[in-house]
Parts: sequence; structure tokens; C-alpha cells
Amino acid sequence: MSQVTMTVNGKTATGDVEGRTLLSQFLRENLNLTGTHVGCDTSQCGACVVHVDGKAVKSCTMLALEAEGADVATIEGQAAPDGTLNTIQQAFQDHHGLQCGFCTPGMVMSAAALLKDNPKPTETEVRDYLEGNICRCTGYHNIVKAIMAASGQDVSSIAAE
Amino acid sequence: MPKDHGIGASPKRREDIRFLTGEGNYTDDMNVHGQAYVHFLRSDVAHGRIVNVDTADAAAMPGVVRIFTGDDFADVGSIPCGWLVTDRFGEPMQEPAHPVLAQGKVRHVGDPIAAVVADSLEQARDAAEAISVEIEELPAVVDMASALQDGSVKVHDDLKNNLCYDWGFVEENRDAVDAAIKGAAHVTTLELRNQRLVANPMEPRVAIGEYSRSTGEHTLHTTSQNPHVIRLLMGAFVLGIPEHKLRVVAPDVGGGFGSKIFHYAEEAFCTFAAKAVNRPVKWTSTRSEAFMSDAHGRDHVTKIELALDADNNFVALRTDTMANMGAYLSTFSTSVPTWLHGTLMAGNYKTPLIYVNVKAVFTNTVPVDAYRGAGRPEATFQLERVIDKAARELGVDPIALRRQNFVTEFPYATPVAVEYDTGDYVATMDKLEEIADLSGFESRRAESAARGKLRGLGVNCYIEACGIAPSNLVGQLGARAGLYDAATVRVNATGSISVMVGAHSHGQGHETSFPQVVADMLGIDADMIDIVHGDTSKIPFGMGTYGSRSLAVCGSAMVRATEKIIAKSKKIAAHLMEASDADIELKDGQFTVAGTDKSVAWGDVTLAAYVPHNYPLEDIEPGLEETAFYDPANFTYPAGAYACEVEVDQETGKVTIERFSAADDFGNIINPMIVDGQVHGGIGQGIGQALLENCVYDDNGQLLSASYMDYAMPRADEVPFYAVDHSCQTPCTHNPLGVKGCGEAGAIGSPPSVVNAVIDALQSGGHDVTHIDMPVSPSRVWAAMNQ
Repeated sequence: MSQVTMTVNGKTATGDVEGRTLLSQFLRENLNLTGTHVGCDTSQCGACVVHVDGKAVKSCTMLALEAEGADVATIEGQAAPDGTLNTIQQAFQDHHGLQCGFCTPGMVMSAAALLKDNPKPTETEVRDYLEGNICRCTGYHNIVKAIMAASGQDVSSIAAE
Repeated sequence: MPKDHGIGASPKRREDIRFLTGEGNYTDDMNVHGQAYVHFLRSDVAHGRIVNVDTADAAAMPGVVRIFTGDDFADVGSIPCGWLVTDRFGEPMQEPAHPVLAQGKVRHVGDPIAAVVADSLEQARDAAEAISVEIEELPAVVDMASALQDGSVKVHDDLKNNLCYDWGFVEENRDAVDAAIKGAAHVTTLELRNQRLVANPMEPRVAIGEYSRSTGEHTLHTTSQNPHVIRLLMGAFVLGIPEHKLRVVAPDVGGGFGSKIFHYAEEAFCTFAAKAVNRPVKWTSTRSEAFMSDAHGRDHVTKIELALDADNNFVALRTDTMANMGAYLSTFSTSVPTWLHGTLMAGNYKTPLIYVNVKAVFTNTVPVDAYRGAGRPEATFQLERVIDKAARELGVDPIALRRQNFVTEFPYATPVAVEYDTGDYVATMDKLEEIADLSGFESRRAESAARGKLRGLGVNCYIEACGIAPSNLVGQLGARAGLYDAATVRVNATGSISVMVGAHSHGQGHETSFPQVVADMLGIDADMIDIVHGDTSKIPFGMGTYGSRSLAVCGSAMVRATEKIIAKSKKIAAHLMEASDADIELKDGQFTVAGTDKSVAWGDVTLAAYVPHNYPLEDIEPGLEETAFYDPANFTYPAGAYACEVEVDQETGKVTIERFSAADDFGNIINPMIVDGQVHGGIGQGIGQALLENCVYDDNGQLLSASYMDYAMPRADEVPFYAVDHSCQTPCTHNPLGVKGCGEAGAIGSPPSVVNAVIDALQSGGHDVTHIDMPVSPSRVWAAMNQ
């Protein structure tokens, strides 16, 4: 066991982990931040996306020890302290961008990373960026729509409100 | 103006808040004090005799609590199949035992041989590596046709052969259909495979078993679409635990698509082991494990023949299908290729004679069961593909050929035993032509051609049967369960309401849509109503969510229970206002006496029910809580018409979906936003089947597509925005809401139009291609173009 310390959602977090402990495991099991989900074991599904030092990372591809000293943001830290949803979260609710909710934390975190780099993405850019996030429920229609809406674009002309 | 509340409105989903903030409570998010972890050692060969399992070294490893093998389950029941199919000779299907852990033989890659329970998951995994397993490998039975040959190796030594059943439907029509086909002006024949798929809800399965020695109570937390079904099957048939000592909880569940209907060995194991080791036992599936232990879907090989007269009227239809059961019979596996498939072969058409033959086959593969649509996608695909092929052979417009043969008068009794209550297939096709802008297709084709691409248009119709029922009918057909549902409406003293429902929500948004119905009936704010689901200790005995049944069946139970609430609350109101029951009206949450200005509010009545100081105690009991069970009179029959436009890259064979349009008739609609979402998701999965997904075994029974690296799930960049419309509404005539169900339509209705579009594109480019099996991958398209 080794000790690891990082900042998670603005708070210092310390824990004892094995060398093989994944960041996703550390978040879920040591910190009880179970909003970060694990949907596969080959780094394909993206349900575990968090931000590490501002970059979107699949937390199942990173060892907890590799995050020593890092600034980690998870889905639990996205809403305001009073519970108000952030712009992306609110857009997902407004546009029915989630159904079972399992892929949703990863989708929201990926969307946040996209909009940080590209504040007004086209539909194609959104779809390309989400290549690493699988959703089985929505057929992606309302996810893409929600992300475009969160970027301030008018999505009213997109079919099927 | 769209409605802002009640039936027909699209309020934002209340469940979204917890899912968007990481506050969802999925089974794997739960940890029970003192829990141990289980890791299953699974077979890496498809078929073999277990010679020896030596667990001695492993048992001595750090943290190991106990190691279980098949011997530990010698006195435990077999995992049951829920539907007995009778073959066309009147004999029951062959039904093999399905042990919790393998006994004597392993029959598919992934069959669990041993289970290590340890203090940590890592210790359980490490110890599993130290188990020595000696297996005498046997030839694997993988291909269905080979499995049916005389002398084939048998998956189950104690069965006569690998044939589960040979089912004929309607058997009495067999000769008449044969004669009609022989005498027809034109017969179109198509041989196809509806490939094996994996449902792949994003949340892998999880089970946590708990046992209390002091009370004798078992609790199972599990990723299930139907906790009462699991309690019934596992309690009564596998472990022998009476219902009052077994609680099954399915909290937030991350999608199911059918794969979480079934009772799985891991659930029984965790429940059993928790008592055996006197500790909670938790299992979390990895995705790789899910591929070899979740029930798969589809996997039919079919020959279909459509006979037409000289005027292009359909005169007869015959299908001949081999349906893969895998190595064991999963819960509803046997009903899928039969009663959920054969009964749908009429489609939207008035074909007078139909005969369906299905041979269900055991193979050394993962068991196959219902996956979104369950039998109906298989029926729709073959029917809508053969109609398209017939239109091309006859040189007629595929839409015109469909329209000519539509059922137009309702109710309509099909020659395959079911009666469609309502529908308007002309209207949905008209709507499709409009929203898909079919009149603009040729100009879009020309534009694609200018870029060197072949553009194709594919259209299909579908009909499905939802809300599987009624119980007395399905009982006659072999179902070993009733198919009603139940709801309890508990009105609290201050007027707020908890509705306990048998349906389970795992993406469908019941927590939002169900209150819309009750709020509408009572005229109160939906925020006063909460839905409780997923816990057998809290809800009435309901059958859960599958087959697009939640609203049509459980929603109907909820309506009936609410009607009882209204009837009783009117009596209380009548007492409070010193009026006759018959004169009381309830509107906008106010009880009034007809023709007077007397009124009492909803809350006055509910308070009186629980503080019965001024109350007709001699006539009615205090309290305000009612339960209803609802057993439908018939299936519901959603239907629609779908159109797909594809572009084919002639250099690579890659197919891209350029447009996708869906016109559905779901009857009345409670929440249009949720219905749209259900259709989108279904279309996404249907496009996945048509273009991408394929569960592949090699000849030795090794599963080649066992991860997301190999099994191609649709991603955001592989699908377009969809145009969906459900303004054509012919309400169901036999349930109180007039609803039909929308959960599976997209997955049922979309694959044929995609393939029809690809064939259209290729033929437009001069390629003599009449069929390509799904998935229509670039390599298959390229090979078809260059054959």
C-alpha cells in the first residue's frame, strides 16, 4: 500500500492504495464518489471520464498513484454548492439528454472539456468528440442537442423536440 | 400550445437531478458493512467434461473466505425457464437443467466453474488463478445446422439431441400455405441471418446477497428490470426461500434492454453464499464477463417465402427459422422465437395464409433470450426485407406494394392468432412520406452522385405487440407466470401521494411520467406525487418492465387504483358536505356538490381520512390507500413506418446514415419528450444492429467479440439526428389510458429500412445485389459490389 494525495473537487483527498488501484477505483471506493461509473474494462465506454488538471481523462486508464498532486474534478463537483445545475447539466435535463443515467457523468465531463476548448462546436465536432463515450439509451440525438444548446446555440430547428 | 402539466405534457425528468450530479444509487454504488467479494472462475473452453477442480491451494491464499464449486449446489434447484413451448407434434420442449455452478460439464465459454469469496476483490481474483481445473475438452457445437444433424455432439448428454423444440404455427395452415405458395403467380424467397447481438446496457450486472441469522431474512440487491420475478424464480425454484423471507431490491438500474429481465446464476450464488459464509457477498460484473454471461439476443437463421397473386396481392407467407438457444434455457428464451415472433408475421398486411416453423437449437454458446424487441425485430426484419425484394423483382414501388396490402379495417384478426384492435397504417405511411421528404429524395441522390457516392432509400413498416397479456391466454401458450401488473396508491394525510408500482424504471422515466397520469386524474400538482419502485418490500407484486409494458399494464393498474381512491374520497367529501356521493364532482383538486357552491379541497378530504373525527366510520374505513392489479384483455399493437437514406462509398463499402425518419402510432401519449427519447434510442440500437454489431463465435466456440474493442457499439459519430413523429394516434381500445407502448419500436422498426436503403443504393449503382446480412459492414458491402 502507498499513500496518495490529490485535490478532488477542490478538497484535499488522501488514501492508501495498491499500485494497481485505478483512479476510478480510488474515487469510487476510497472517496465514495460513486458518480464516476465503470462501464467497461477496455477504456472504451467513457462512463468514468473525469478531469485531471483540466483535461478529460478516462479514470479507468490511470492509476491512482499517477494522480499524486493532481487537481481532479468529478461529476459531484459540477453543480453549484447550493445544488444549482451547471449550464451543461441543465441542458442535459432540458433536452432529455439522459435516460438510465449511467453514461451521463462521463458525457457531462466530456462535454465540459469539449466546450472549454471549442465553445461553439458544430454538430459534427460534437459527434466526433464524443467518440469515446458510449450511450446505449439515447441514440445520441438529445445528447448532441444538449451540448450544442449548452454552448448557446439555437437548437430549436433540430427535429423532434 | 403544448400542455405544461398532466397527460400530454413534457415536464423535465425529476430523476435527472440525481443522475446529473453523481447522486444516482446504482447497485455497485452500494457497499454493505462486512461484505466479501466474489470472483467467478469461468470456463475458457466451450464444451468439456469437468475431470477435477482442485481448490486446496487457492483456499489457503490470503483473504479467501470460501471457495464454492458445483458440488456445493447439488441440493439447489435448477435455474428455471419461464415458458414451456409445446412442439408441433404436441410434445413438450426438451428442457435441460441449468445449475448455478457447472456440474459435470461446462457448456459455453463463461460457464461458471467455481466461485471464490474473499475479503477483497483482488484477493478473490488472485485466488481464482490458483484453482487447478482439469477439463476434458469436447468438440463444440456452434453452428445450428450442424447441431441438428444426426450424430452431432450433444450439448446435454441427457437430452435426445440438440433440438429444444420444432414449433409450427399455425400448424393447421401448413398444407394450405404450401398449396398457396405452389399455386402463386410469384414467389419471392430470401435467406437471411438475424445476427447474434449483446444488449450491453452501460451498467454491468451486479448482485449483493445478504442474510440475517437472527431473522432468517435474505436480501438481494440486483440489477434487475423486475425484482418480483427474480424473487419468485430464485426463491421458489432455485433456493427454496419463502417470499416473506426474501427481499429483492433493484435500485437505480443503468439500462436493461431485456438483458436484466432474467434470473441469473450470479444472483442465486450471492444469495446462497451470503448465508453459507454469514457475510454479505458482492459481485460486480466486468464488461468482459458481461459478454460471456449476460444473455445474448436474436441469432436466427431464416428462410422466408412470400407468395403473391398476379395483381401483387400477398396470398401466403412461409418462414422457416432456426433459433439459437445457447447452452441453457434462459428465463424467457423459449417464448421469443415462438409467441413473440410467429404471432407478428402478418405485420401490417392482410396476408390470408401464414405458416411459421421454428426449430430452437442448443449450442455451446451463451444463452440467448429477449433483447429489445424480442422476436418482433426478427419477424419485422424478414418480412420487410422479403417485401422489398419482391417489389424489386416485380418492378413495383416498394411503398405502393406495401400500401396495396395494408390491413385497413380494424379490429383485424390475423391468421397467426392475434387481433389488432386499432391502427391506421395508411396514415403513418403518409406521415412518413411527409417528414422524410421522400419527394426530395431524387435530388438528394443526384447530389450524392455528384460527390461520387451511391445514395439509397429504404422504407419499411412494422407492427409490434406490447404489454404481453392476458394471463389466461399466455398460460395456455405455456407461460409459467401471470402477466398482469399492480399499483398501490397511498394518499397521505396532507394529500401527498406515494404510488408503489410493479413496473421498474431503468431509463424510461416513470418517476416523471407516471405522476402525470395520477395528477391529471386528481387535478393536483404532480409534485405532490412520488413513484416508488424496485423493492419487493415496498411495492405490490408486479411483473416489472419489459416488452414495452410499463404504462399499458402497470399504468393501467395505477389508473384503476386511482379510480378507487377517487370513489372513496368522494364518499368522504359527500360526508363532509352532507351531500350524496353521486352528486360529488372532483375537478382541479376540489370536490364540489353538483349545482351548488359547496366545496372541499383535496387536502380536506385526505386529512379527514386520517384524522377521522368527522367521518362516516360506519360506512367506510379510515385511511386512503388502494391497490389494483390489472390483467389486460389483449396485447397492444403499436405500428409505424420508417425511412432511411444511406450513402455508400464505392471505394470502401462504408455505409453512412444520412437521414432517418420514423412515423409511429403509439396511441395516446403521456409524455412526448420521453416517447421521442425512447424512439431515438431504439433507432440507435437498430442502426447498431444493421451496420455495426455482431457477436461472433469461432468454430471452437470461442467468443471473438468479447469487449468493446471487438463488439462495435454505435457511437455518436455513426448516427444522425432522427426525425420522429407520433402524431398519428389510434388509441388502444382495451386499456384505460388508450396507450400502446413505445420502448421497443425504434429497435424493431429500424434495421430493415437501413438494409433496404443499402440494397437500393447498390442497385442504383448497377450492382446486382439483392441481400447483405447484417451487420452491413464495409467489408461485406465491398465484397457484394465486387463479387
